[in-house]
Amino acid sequence: MRWLLVIILLIPSLAAAEEARPLADNPQVEARLKTLAVELRCLVCQNQTLADSNAPLAEDLRREVREMITKGMSDREIIDFLVQRYGDFVLYRPPWKATTTLLWLGPFLLLIAGATALVLALRRRQKKLVDVTLSEAEHNRVAQLLSEGANRP
Amino acid sequence: MNRFLLPLGIFVVVVGFLAVGLTLNPRELPSPLVGKPAPDFSLPQLHDQGKVISSNELKGKVWLLNFWASWCDGCKVEHPVLVHLAQSGEVPIYGMDYKDQRNEALTWLREWGNPYQVVAVDESGRVGINYGVYGVPETYVMDKAGVIRYKQIGPLRDDILQGKILPLVRELQNQ
Repeated sequence: MRWLLVIILLIPSLAAAEEARPLADNPQVEARLKTLAVELRCLVCQNQTLADSNAPLAEDLRREVREMITKGMSDREIIDFLVQRYGDFVLYRPPWKATTTLLWLGPFLLLIAGATALVLALRRRQKKLVDVTLSEAEHNRVAQLLSEGANRP
Repeated sequence: MNRFLLPLGIFVVVVGFLAVGLTLNPRELPSPLVGKPAPDFSLPQLHDQGKVISSNELKGKVWLLNFWASWCDGCKVEHPVLVHLAQSGEVPIYGMDYKDQRNEALTWLREWGNPYQVVAVDESGRVGINYGVYGVPETYVMDKAGVIRYKQIGPLRDDILQGKILPLVRELQNQ
């Protein structure tokens, strides 16, 4: 019985993990791939970058990008290659153009609208506030109430 | 009464945006390749591995290019539509077997019918990348000059075929 336990406890040691294979022989290529891949969208999973995704297409695209890096293409050329095929959607940072104006300016427009609304609301409220002057009697009463509070143990 | 008008207005605008935004299909991305020359390919044929099919051979006629694979569920959905179209003989369909196993692809066609004139084999998916494929099935309409005129993402349905693709094909054939 005890031997069985020992054997069972030894089983996990057989499942030794292999070291992860390096993705490319050249670590410089891999570093550039990494910086490029976080800027690029995986077309299949859409909310993941090319670096994060395990989709087969993402793997293919990483392979393609890796080859272009090895060929000595610039980042600009590689990104253009992908945009030509997949459109701006492949970029995580959409470019500034006519169709994306609202996308880029929208948050600022909302901010301006919000700030204007706030200013207007504050001004309107200020008008409603009327300065109230206290009469002599009221002053005395306030002073009395305050001193009563101070004298309490 | 007046104080409810502004929030109500904002609410209506938000509902309007959501009504449009939430019903858009995020999988359907506009392809930048529509209106551009179809990327060239020269690939082995599925049925006769020794032979090559090249996009240049197809110039001068209107044709459909259908990316499919035996592992793809959507392809099974659209397959009857393609088979039916092939039987009508209106427009030749060329298949692109995308990242597939040869045997499985052949079995698949034997089982479900072969609507394709020729099937090219894109084993590595490189031609797919050149065409901006990000999920099979995808179908392209090419004109006589070899320019992509339409891209269908996802399974081809009869209403899309009758409403968009066939009218376009007829128009292009008459040019």
